[in-house]
Amino acid sequence: MEASVIKVDQLVDGVLKGDLRAIARLISLIENDSPEGLRAVKLLYPHTGRAYVIGVTGPAGCGKSMLIYRLASEFRRKDKTVGVVAIDPTSPFSGGALLGDRIRMQNLSTDEGVYIRSMATRGTLGGLAKATADAIRVLDASGKDVVFVETSGAGQSEVDVIKVAHTILVVMAPGLGDDIQASKAGMMEIGDIFIVNKADRDNADRAVEEIQAMIELGAQEGRWRPPVIKTTASSDRGMENVIKKIEEHVEYLSRTSAKEKLDRRSEGELAEALKYRLTDRLMAELKNDSNFAKLVERVAARKIDPYSAADRLVSEYIRERRRSRRKP
Amino acid sequence: MSSKRKLRVLVAKPGLDDHDRGAKVIARAFRDAGMEVIYTGLRQTPEQIVKTAVQEDVDAIALSILSGAHMTLFPRIFELMRKEGIGDVLVIGGGIIPSEDVPELKKMGVSEVFGSGTPTSVVVNYVVQHVRRR
Repeated sequence: MEASVIKVDQLVDGVLKGDLRAIARLISLIENDSPEGLRAVKLLYPHTGRAYVIGVTGPAGCGKSMLIYRLASEFRRKDKTVGVVAIDPTSPFSGGALLGDRIRMQNLSTDEGVYIRSMATRGTLGGLAKATADAIRVLDASGKDVVFVETSGAGQSEVDVIKVAHTILVVMAPGLGDDIQASKAGMMEIGDIFIVNKADRDNADRAVEEIQAMIELGAQEGRWRPPVIKTTASSDRGMENVIKKIEEHVEYLSRTSAKEKLDRRSEGELAEALKYRLTDRLMAELKNDSNFAKLVERVAARKIDPYSAADRLVSEYIRERRRSRRKP
Repeated sequence: MSSKRKLRVLVAKPGLDDHDRGAKVIARAFRDAGMEVIYTGLRQTPEQIVKTAVQEDVDAIALSILSGAHMTLFPRIFELMRKEGIGDVLVIGGGIIPSEDVPELKKMGVSEVFGSGTPTSVVVNYVVQHVRRR
């Protein structure tokens, strides 16, 4: 048997048993886009779908990590196992990253029922969403009941990443000028529960009012009405309310055409995977095609634009496939 | 598919000393060199450090100790690393560690000790050269 096949089997086995090293190694393989990682994720897929995924997003400095620490601790008290994927930005200059979200959660590092993994964005939009989704699948397959995904900052890539979650918490803090940032980044549309953390600060109540006003604007009859909750994670206040609202959201999701929702998420997963595989495989084939090199010259000489050139390659490719299929 | 492999380094301060400026300087130097740095802050127990190293699948662990407790902390950390199966991860030390203790530390498994004042480029280059490609 090939060494890589054995390795994949061992990793899959290890993950299903909850072995820390297997989980850790597999997430690394996923981050590095390795074919073995992909094989392992495929084998683990049937074992996924149990974990409840909670997205936590919001501007830097609003206390997301501390909040996750408190909520995770609450879940642990209820005997649930927890996974955390904490994402921080990669520096566009150096390609490196300072991953410090763990600092707030370190008391949970030695808890056997908690797995924390720090991930860097690594600068590619699509790549991050895929790596995060796969990392969550690994934690899911390893038996975690709840998985938190924390993204920092505001922006389209964060919104894309967090869409894998069942419930999305949008966290803000008074005085950070967040209300404008939040509405710009699409946070208002995506949030299921809004949290004003650091509520011991001035203007907490005003922040709550402003967010509620914005929610009213988008409110629809019969649909989930996002609540706004005040918390002070640093002194562990407000957590019971947050958990209560999460549980209400879980119940709401299960009531309202659960199958339709599940299918929609799976459709999203399949579309993402298709996008990724299609680009990969097609690019590899087309780049080796002699037509590709010829078209590059013509594009450089301004004899054809890139879009028309791309159309030509794709049409020719489809024609070739039809021709080869018709052969006896 | 382009190779996206990045070096992951854990920078930790075991024990009870609260002087973290050096650790932060080193953490930033690793980041500026293109590495992903898991920085866990102050007052880490050996258990926390090793569990973190396992979960984060790090290539190297950089420990900053200014309390003088290195001769107790390092052995405990190596014992736990062996137990968790990550004995092959590179371990370096920094901070205030007397040179007469370095040979003993190296016998335990510390690859190198960098006293305070060592240029960060020296430390960064060392890690890049000596990390075991896994």
